[in-house]
This record gives sequence, C-alpha cells and structure tokens, in this order.
Amino acid sequence: MSPGAMLGAALLAAQVILGIAMACATFRLLFGPRAQDRVLALDTLYVNAMLLMVVFGIREGTLLYFEAALVIGVLGFVATVALAKFLLRGEVIE
Amino acid sequence: MNTDVPAWTALATGLLVLGGATLALIGSIGLLRLKDFYERVHPPTMGTTLGTGLVLVGSMVFATANEARPVIHEILIVIFMTVTTPVTFVLLVRAALHRDRMVEKYPAREGDSDKGIL
Repeated sequence: MSPGAMLGAALLAAQVILGIAMACATFRLLFGPRAQDRVLALDTLYVNAMLLMVVFGIREGTLLYFEAALVIGVLGFVATVALAKFLLRGEVIE
Repeated sequence: MNTDVPAWTALATGLLVLGGATLALIGSIGLLRLKDFYERVHPPTMGTTLGTGLVLVGSMVFATANEARPVIHEILIVIFMTVTTPVTFVLLVRAALHRDRMVEKYPAREGDSDKGIL
C-alpha cells in the first residue's frame, strides 16, 4: 500500500468520523429539550462542518477550502453569539 | 488527490487528522449523552480546541510538503477558534442561567399547554 493510498484511507475515515459527529450534533439540535441545548448543538455542528471542510481541502490537495472553513468558523461564532443574546434578552439588537 | 506524497507526510497528516476527528466525535457523543445542559457545555470544547488544532496542524504539514514552501495560514483558524469559543460559551451559559432563574420565578401553572416560559 503506497503512502498516498494510506493517506487517502485515513482521510476518508476522518470524514466518516466527522460525519458521525455531525449526526450526533444534529440529533441534539432536533430533539434537545431546551433552546440552549439547541444553540450549543448548532455551535458544535458548525465546528464539525468546518473540520470536514479542512479535511476535504487536504484530500483535494488545494488551498481553496481554507477560505470556506474560515468563513464557516466566523459565521458560526456570529450565529452563536446572536442566539445567546436572543435567549438572554429576547432581542438581538436593542 | 496527489498520490506521490512522502511516507512521513502521509503518516503525520493521517495521524493528526484522525486524532482531531476522533476528538470531535468524542465531544459530539458527550453532547449527545450527558444529562444536564451545564454538563453538556463541556464536551464540545474538546473538539473546538484540541480537535481543531490537530486537524489544522495536519493540514499545515500536508500543505507545506505539497507546496514545498511553508504554508501556515491555517493558524488563523486556530487562533480564531481559541479566542471565540470561550466568549460564545460564557454568553450561552449566562443565558441559560438567566432562563433557569426565570423558570424558578415564574413556574408553569396547571393547565398550561407549554412548560412555562422555558
């Protein structure tokens, strides 16, 4: 087995693992009993999606996916802060 | 993908990425299995700090070997996640505490269709 094929198998396994992690977070997002559980699950989902994007980038051997991962990270931060503010005050911008 | 990578690059990248993905999975399983919101806040941070760090260091190693020049811009994501994760979780836990106090203050009455203000 060549090193390239070995790396391909490891990256595929990492993608499957991250997919399972996203499924766990999605379950908590859909069935989490309270709103704060759902927000927490959404944040976890964002982080796992970002890691999946980085692994895609390694697989393709291109640097283009880095920008996508960075945008997902920034948007996840903004979304979680806005939702936490909404839960705290009932409004996002007062 | 590029199939003629050196063996040490393949080994280092594979181990780092698999380790990071496994940490993210453990964090998500913890989010799924723990009982209380205040317990559930803890496990995802494993994926957001060390998991992200390992995967991105793996990406750095691979890109550096692939491009034959130092490629370290992935460090931006590591720094960003390290700075923002505590901020978001502190805000979220404050919101949860506030909501718990509101539930104690205004409990659900008999015959309410929902469970109070939750």
